Amino acid sequence: MIAEIGLAALWLATALAVLQMVSGAMGLSTKDERLQAFAIYARPAAVVQAFLAVLAFLMLLWAFAITDLSIKLVATNSHSMKPFIYKLTGTWGNHEGSMLLWVAVLALSGGLLAYMERRLPERTMNATLAVQGSIALGFYAFLLLSSNPFERLPIPAAEGVGLNPLLQDIGLAVHPPTLYVGYVGLSVAFSLAMGALITRQVTPDFAKVIRPWVLFAWVFLTFGITAGSYWAYYELGWGGWWFWDPVENASLMPWLAATALLHSVSVLAARDALRTWTIMLGVLAFSMSMLGTFLVRSGVLTSVHAFAVDPERGTFILILLGLYIGGALTIFALRASSISEGKRFTVTSREGALVFNNVMLSAILAIVLLGTLYPLLTEAFDVRVSVGPPYFNPASAIFAIPMFLVMAVGPLLRWKNDKPKRIQFELLLVASILIAVIALVAILGDHAILPVLGLALAAALAVAAFLPLKGRKLSRVPTATWGMVCAHFGVAVALFGMASESAFTQERLAAVAPGDTEQVGDWTITLEGVDPVAGPNWTAIEARVAASRGNEEPIILTPQARSFWAPSQATSESALITRWDGQLYAVIGDQAGVDEAGNTRWQLRVWWKPFVTFIWYGGLLISLGGVLSIIGRVRVDLKRRHAVRKGEARRADQAALDQTKQPEPA
Amino acid sequence: MKAKHQRLTLVVFALFAIVAAGLIAAWALRNQANYFYLPEQMAAEPPAVGQAVRLGGMVQPGSIETQADGVTVSFVVTGKEASAVPVRYSGILPDLFVEGSGVVAEGSLGADGVFQATNLLAKHDENYVPRELEGLEGHQAADYAEDSTVGLD
Repeated sequence: MIAEIGLAALWLATALAVLQMVSGAMGLSTKDERLQAFAIYARPAAVVQAFLAVLAFLMLLWAFAITDLSIKLVATNSHSMKPFIYKLTGTWGNHEGSMLLWVAVLALSGGLLAYMERRLPERTMNATLAVQGSIALGFYAFLLLSSNPFERLPIPAAEGVGLNPLLQDIGLAVHPPTLYVGYVGLSVAFSLAMGALITRQVTPDFAKVIRPWVLFAWVFLTFGITAGSYWAYYELGWGGWWFWDPVENASLMPWLAATALLHSVSVLAARDALRTWTIMLGVLAFSMSMLGTFLVRSGVLTSVHAFAVDPERGTFILILLGLYIGGALTIFALRASSISEGKRFTVTSREGALVFNNVMLSAILAIVLLGTLYPLLTEAFDVRVSVGPPYFNPASAIFAIPMFLVMAVGPLLRWKNDKPKRIQFELLLVASILIAVIALVAILGDHAILPVLGLALAAALAVAAFLPLKGRKLSRVPTATWGMVCAHFGVAVALFGMASESAFTQERLAAVAPGDTEQVGDWTITLEGVDPVAGPNWTAIEARVAASRGNEEPIILTPQARSFWAPSQATSESALITRWDGQLYAVIGDQAGVDEAGNTRWQLRVWWKPFVTFIWYGGLLISLGGVLSIIGRVRVDLKRRHAVRKGEARRADQAALDQTKQPEPA
Repeated sequence: MKAKHQRLTLVVFALFAIVAAGLIAAWALRNQANYFYLPEQMAAEPPAVGQAVRLGGMVQPGSIETQADGVTVSFVVTGKEASAVPVRYSGILPDLFVEGSGVVAEGSLGADGVFQATNLLAKHDENYVPRELEGLEGHQAADYAEDSTVGLD
């Protein structure tokens, strides 16, 4: 029954998406009032649809929880003996389940938009709901026609095939859902942008409506990318935190577009400028999240994170991509000229700096996009190439470095028009920090150019992030400004972590027998022993490694090499010691013969990575900045509403008083 | 400056930056064509000593040898044709690194003609094969390895 309820809910939701699309579109009619009347169905359709899509997802979750092996998806992706938590997370650890999660989040955000949003002009709202309905419809069709998650098996399976052990990790429980919320949040931004474009209502009010959605999506994307990076870092056992893997790029590209959109929306809300540019970025951001979905879900890429799927699905998503993006660009081309650009500004102004950074972000996006798609293009001509860090690092740095420089001083500029002379103290300060750090690192040792520049920029940005607070009464600074300070400081922290990791990491690789001692950085490592251990669905060899530095008590690290039996696969479980100034990272390898005394030797690889954790602390600070911004906006909004209500109440009281007074003279 | 002019300036600046990004990407990607080598390509046109590249091919059966230090492994990577590149790698071998299977080695060619690998990418599981090696898997692998080992000893 579970599967049938889920499937029925999906079909009903599909029907409601049609209703939402049609009635929203009818509401756009300017002449025929009977047609306009149909628009009242758009909002309830979106809300009920949200319930149904979430219900369908919960049904699948339930089926995974009880391991209903008569459902094909459960049988092929789960196992009766799998730990319960991974049975649950396994729901989205496969193509069908993750697409259902995607659709559920899409419907949920569409429902929330329909339920909550009351500020937009009614026609714009109808257009928005029609667009949102059409996006939902496309993905329901994709799910039901090509990847039904509720398909039954003719004969139930006995145990199930299992889940890729790499995915049996708590990192997987948080990482994909957060990214999906981010991706899908951008769909709402897209719908809102299209709605405003269709009805030519690209106004500061529109920007205030779209801003929380962009912020929300952006916070989740940031957090998802941060969590994903940390997951890959400790789970894959290679010690790297970013690989320029196509699937990583698939999440980075919408993030870059969303970051640009977020800043351009701020300009539109505060200054009524950059109208068409903002709409363009809204289209671009969602295009990138669709492209990401296509790359990951189509099977054109193979990657650790991508699930092998058939080309038919790829074609389906590609058609959806073409329809939505093509449609959006067509409307854009038809309408863009009728939207005036809004207020003017000079190059040396807050707007000017934001435009510059917007363009730099777009350029980095272009670099990443071309690098990601290039191997696919050449393959069409039967040439296999791979594009890696030697391309991505320098090519993106060309645009990232000027962007960071402008990011340091941009928030200090005034809106509309400013003179660089006014902030010459700050400019000098930033420049001298840059030069001082570059000189310092150059004296200390011979390092590659990018890490040195990274360290210098990080130091300058860290100081510059707080400069907007200079000379202000801290208790009076708006929460949203604190959000900006926090996020910009987070960028500095993350940049520092990245540069420090690539400049100062120390590594020791050795074959050691129990009792042997090695040195990594200022850490002393001793292998105490290697034992077999067993988990619920794996066996492993586990090394006990004592690590200490200075006079500290040794800490025991237990890296494992695990063998799973369903499916049969091996993984490497790294062991980590986290200190404020870095992380010690240990991995155990194969047996490596015997030493002179006849003891078995084991391969042991240990890294000391100074300040590597700052990469993810930075990511968290950036997300936190976004959260603060949302809180700030909501508080301002609530205050305004409260004030309006108070005003209304006072007026009502006054009116009542006037009424009671009136009879008196008579 | 009129509003229209400002808009035009913005568009020109944005276009300029995006085109610049495209050109830089195109230029860098053309160099990247030299980033991935099959053994026969590396034999015909070796990359500069020390240049960071990837080498992809099959691990020749019987060629894996662990050095006395226990962590340095040397093996031979073969391709479709009768060419083979000796590789040296210091590190923990990927879980599915086996003879006759596909591998992508990241590293650079040493002055002695031995490829110094800093990182090995092998299959992660049955479903994941390094992109560059698709079509070089399964029964074909054995054929290639057989073909390519003729006359190498």
